[in-house]
Amino acid sequence: MLKTTPLNQSHRDMNAKMVDFGGWDMPLHYGSQLDEHHSVRKDAGMFDVSHMLPIDIKGDHVRDFLRQLVANNVDKLTLPGKALYSCMLNPHGGVIDDLIIYYLSETWFRIVVNAGTADKDLAWMLAKRDELAPNLEITSRRDLAMIAVQGPNARSKVWQAIPGSQAATEELKLFQSAEFEEYFIARTGYTGEDGFEIILPADGAADFWRALHAVGVAPAGLGARDTLRLEAGMNLYGHDMDETTSPMVSGLAWTVDLKTERDFIGKSALVDVPVEQRLRGLVLLDRGVLRDHQKVVAQQDGKDLEGEITSGGFSPTIGKSIALARLPAQISIDDEVSVLVRDRKLRAKVVKYPFVRNGNVLI
Amino acid sequence: MSVPTNLKYTESHEWVRPEVDGTVTIGVTHHAQELLGDMVFVELPQVGRTLAQREECAVAESVKAAADVYSPISGEVTEVNADLEAEPEKINEDAFSAWLFKLKPTNPDELDKLLDAASYEEVLANEAH
Repeated sequence: MLKTTPLNQSHRDMNAKMVDFGGWDMPLHYGSQLDEHHSVRKDAGMFDVSHMLPIDIKGDHVRDFLRQLVANNVDKLTLPGKALYSCMLNPHGGVIDDLIIYYLSETWFRIVVNAGTADKDLAWMLAKRDELAPNLEITSRRDLAMIAVQGPNARSKVWQAIPGSQAATEELKLFQSAEFEEYFIARTGYTGEDGFEIILPADGAADFWRALHAVGVAPAGLGARDTLRLEAGMNLYGHDMDETTSPMVSGLAWTVDLKTERDFIGKSALVDVPVEQRLRGLVLLDRGVLRDHQKVVAQQDGKDLEGEITSGGFSPTIGKSIALARLPAQISIDDEVSVLVRDRKLRAKVVKYPFVRNGNVLI
Repeated sequence: MSVPTNLKYTESHEWVRPEVDGTVTIGVTHHAQELLGDMVFVELPQVGRTLAQREECAVAESVKAAADVYSPISGEVTEVNADLEAEPEKINEDAFSAWLFKLKPTNPDELDKLLDAASYEEVLANEAH
């Protein structure tokens, strides 16, 4: 039996093609994944991301607990409403999940985790809580829904759909959030475009979805969500990193705070360990499509080097195939490599990602 | 969309149209493009290549996945639809007119054993269950 979000009927009413996404019955697209992708780059699209889980942590000294729990440094969170992207690591330095932490007050932080990892994340947090901070209260918020509205016109359309919300949210900078009535509105996203991610009570989700549609926000499915995030160079858990890979070889070193004295779970496994691989961008020069797990090969000083694509696909904005790939550190930007696709070797160029940001092609 | 009755079909969702000059035209069905979603790349066989029946001979790639295309019958490739290389979305727009390649059959008897429209519709009905 698949799990459903509060918007399941709304998707069906819009003729979505539904798929089993890690045990959740979710919309893949509503007709054309490409059209939905372009809507987000050029106008505004909305995604049901209610399968993701908000977790509230409340009590005295939540911050002290999070200093130990996650790899990024929550001391960067000084203004209420501010958000921080981080990995939660296991003691071996592998990534249990990547998540966003919202600082609401010294006695209330909210963490939003991935759908497929939600159960193990919660179990891990509860176990660590019992060990490190037994007074804290950790609550799974399945009573909430979450809708991401993304695109250059996303914010103004949200203001139309929620009368009165503009004043409360127009000053928000990236990675800041505010509450307005029953809405928790954050200027975050997973597409490389401007927009909001909005958390609200589940029973209001269908009406809000309808209101957004009425002001011209296009529904977009998981297919477009994946091509958009790939163009934006954003990691996808289970593809670009997992419990067996360190954030250092997954393009996430920038989220790991090794500068301060603070100790956190997984830190000792990362300190002074040479980094022999890097996550890089690839653009396919030949015709074809790059896909997850394809082998990448190159030669340097007579030595064979080998890497692997962690996320590959077609970029609708660029009109070429692009990928994220874990490559030996000796391979640098602008190098040409070969990708093994079926029985052929296709040429690809190593590039810096993101590939696309705010509608502009960067490569 | 209905399944055209003037074509033959395979269980792997190719369509086949016998032409008056003795060649056959081959494409993928509407159902195949529906399963795959937006098409972004098509790899076609070389003209002159000899194909065995059910040999992998082309690849249709969508935003979602790569799908092999199998030759419904044996024969020699006489022509490919090179327009699809620039405009693979034509398959989404009208799968039964966006042909992939033409063959000169080496064993015309194989044609008679392909599915007719009614049998192909049964295949689709069974897949839906």
